[in-house]
Amino acid sequence: MLQIDNLTMRYPTGDLALDDVSVAVERGQVIALIGPSGAGKSTLIRCVNRLVQPSAGAIRLGGEDIVKMGVGDLRRARRRMGMIFQEYALVERLSVMENVLSGQLGYVGFWRSLLRRFPQPAVDEAFRLLGRVGLDHMVDKRADALSGGQRQRVGIARALIQNPDILLVDEPTASLDPKTSRQIMRLIVELCHERGLAAIINIHDVPLAMMFVERIVGLRAGRIVYDGPPKGLTDQRLTEIYGEEDWSGTRAEDDEDEPPAHRKVAAAVGPPELQKAAGA
Amino acid sequence: MPVIEAGDHRVWRRRDRAEQLRNWLIWLVGTALFIVCWRFISERTIWIFVLDAPQQAWDMAVRMSNPPMGYFNRILQPMWDTVNMATIGTLIAIAIATPVAFLAASNTTPSVYFVRPVALAIIVTSRSINALIWALLLVLVVGPGLLAGIIAIALRSIGFIGKLLYEAIEEIDETQVEAIRATGAQPTQVLSYGIWPQVLPAFAGISVYRWDINIREATILGLVGAGGIGVQLQASVNSLAWGQVSVIFMAILVTVVFSEWVSAKVRHAVL
Amino acid sequence: MTIALDAPTAGPRRWRKPPMIADARLRYALYALILVYLYVALSSVTVNYARILVGLDRGAAFVSGFLSPNFTTRWRDISNGMLESLTMTVISTAVGVLLSIPVALGAARNVAPPPIYVACRGLIAVSRAFQEVVIAIVFVAMFGFGPFAGAMTLAFSTIGFLGKLLAEDIEDIDRAQVEAIRASGASWPQLMNYAVQPQVAPRFIGLCLYRLDINFREASVIGIVGAGGIGATLNTALARYEYDSAAAILLSIIVVVFIAEYSSGFIRKRFL
Repeated sequence: MLQIDNLTMRYPTGDLALDDVSVAVERGQVIALIGPSGAGKSTLIRCVNRLVQPSAGAIRLGGEDIVKMGVGDLRRARRRMGMIFQEYALVERLSVMENVLSGQLGYVGFWRSLLRRFPQPAVDEAFRLLGRVGLDHMVDKRADALSGGQRQRVGIARALIQNPDILLVDEPTASLDPKTSRQIMRLIVELCHERGLAAIINIHDVPLAMMFVERIVGLRAGRIVYDGPPKGLTDQRLTEIYGEEDWSGTRAEDDEDEPPAHRKVAAAVGPPELQKAAGA
Repeated sequence: MPVIEAGDHRVWRRRDRAEQLRNWLIWLVGTALFIVCWRFISERTIWIFVLDAPQQAWDMAVRMSNPPMGYFNRILQPMWDTVNMATIGTLIAIAIATPVAFLAASNTTPSVYFVRPVALAIIVTSRSINALIWALLLVLVVGPGLLAGIIAIALRSIGFIGKLLYEAIEEIDETQVEAIRATGAQPTQVLSYGIWPQVLPAFAGISVYRWDINIREATILGLVGAGGIGVQLQASVNSLAWGQVSVIFMAILVTVVFSEWVSAKVRHAVL
Repeated sequence: MTIALDAPTAGPRRWRKPPMIADARLRYALYALILVYLYVALSSVTVNYARILVGLDRGAAFVSGFLSPNFTTRWRDISNGMLESLTMTVISTAVGVLLSIPVALGAARNVAPPPIYVACRGLIAVSRAFQEVVIAIVFVAMFGFGPFAGAMTLAFSTIGFLGKLLAEDIEDIDRAQVEAIRASGASWPQLMNYAVQPQVAPRFIGLCLYRLDINFREASVIGIVGAGGIGATLNTALARYEYDSAAAILLSIIVVVFIAEYSSGFIRKRFL
């Protein structure tokens, strides 16, 4: 569904952030993007919704090439891509509800949004999403009064109210404690399965990524050096991505007694076809 | 090196020699400049008057200490005008300075090469001319009265508000703006959801701060005919009615204290 | 999680942004008050269109004066006034800075005893409440016309301005550093020199440069009430309708303001 072809990104400073990257993401597929700091993970997902303008290559979401779109088409394309940020990137001085509804801005005219008069279906959906992420009781709290985990839940609701085809997730757990990190990752993966959403999750925590996703892409210095299931991520592969290190203990789920968490999630809440896929 | 080896022991100094010399030089130049300036001023001063100052001050204090309270009723209207002049002037300045600030801030300006320099030029011009000079010019053009004062205050405040506001806009957190942009919002929506909430506290703070300053400025514009309490102050000083002057001073003091209280309240409320 | 994914709620839940003032009556009363104020305030402004029509010619004359400023006719007055303004700026800033330090120490709650605190705060409040020009009127009456009165005016305002800001800085200093120096048995002046000064000095120097800037701007206008400087020259030129000379004076003020602002900004960036 998302097709990235030969994407290259060179910053005006001359740094080559992405070097001829090609990835295809299928409908409903959640992939994790791993790699050392500065490998180009952030740049890659920012190129997809063109917060960063790539130097060469093509990105197709469904049909048209996003790289070559004009301003209006780009805005419409961005509506179909929800983004979740590392430091939450909520508008701190707006309330929880305003932050969630800001995900609808691409669908609503300027005056309606200025007067905060969103269409009732959007408001219904906002309430439903806030209930789903467990923040139904904090609707009119200001975003800067929330804890880190709560903020990220608002961030997720804001991305989902766009009714996107794909989620772009940039280090969703980098500022969170281990327990909250797992909860947030589980929530994101669950929601993707519920809605048949594809996602690219950019993440530092390799064990966490291996727990929740079915496909991992490893990036090093702007090039893809691994693309496959979590199982194939051997010590040798990790060394290729990150450099020499003792990797023992990284892959906690080496014993095959229980299925990986993403299978469990898909089997529990996913739409029938995904449940079938997970069970198979 | 501040540590000097002197035979068997090491001497510590705060500064090394070059630094010490530079320091002395700065003080020497400063003192010399002060003396030259002092001589210049002293040549133009009639020292008999200055030596007489304690006597004059005492004299003034005596006459001011018996203020004619009845005069108070006659300055109520001018004081009201003064406050209005400051308030309306500030409102006009806010209305003009806000768009100018967005055009001047490097992260919101539509064009760094064409629009931004124009906006910055507006801000600089407005800032470098004092409100009293603006009033002096405007009295010639629109005639004496409140209108000249209001425009003078507005013209001076555009630069002040514009400068502080555009600096505040340049300091916002870009990731919040990026998040709104990523939802597919139009530029106007990015402005109203991503940028405006972030600069709102600065905007309110700057506006009441300037209003506070403008109340003080408005008290003097009358001296050049631009309306407000300054007109009465001028008349009282010219007729050496120091009792009336002291009533005016008290009125100004009360108004300024009140405006400072209001602006402190507002700044507290928007945080 | 009160609302489950599939549990239908009774009717649509409306959402409106909660207004800043919750009480609707209070809110509308406030709106009404603002409207009434604006109406009253604006209606007290009288606009004399006939006068403005006449004035526009003068405005045009002034603008054309700006296009061809005349520095020569009044060169002696201009250079004289400018020198007076500059010397007033230097003297008033130097005197004001020196005096503002003891006043600020007196006005800082954490280093001054209560009676001195009240006295210094009072001095600062009076100095800040009155615009420079108002103070100049009083000082001209006391010291006579000329730059001496002007320099004293600006020095007095400088004390209020710097005194307040420095006192606030002193009140905000790190107490642990003060305690550490006090624990070494330092006397009060030593305490000020070793514990307080290093904490407040850099910002204070910056503020002094900022005030130097302000003092020049003010030194260029207080001449209008007889306190010396280029303001008097400007006033005379305008009173005689010599717009080309007035434009020359304004341009020279703007140039000096520019130089002052950029050099003080440069010094702050380079050395502080």
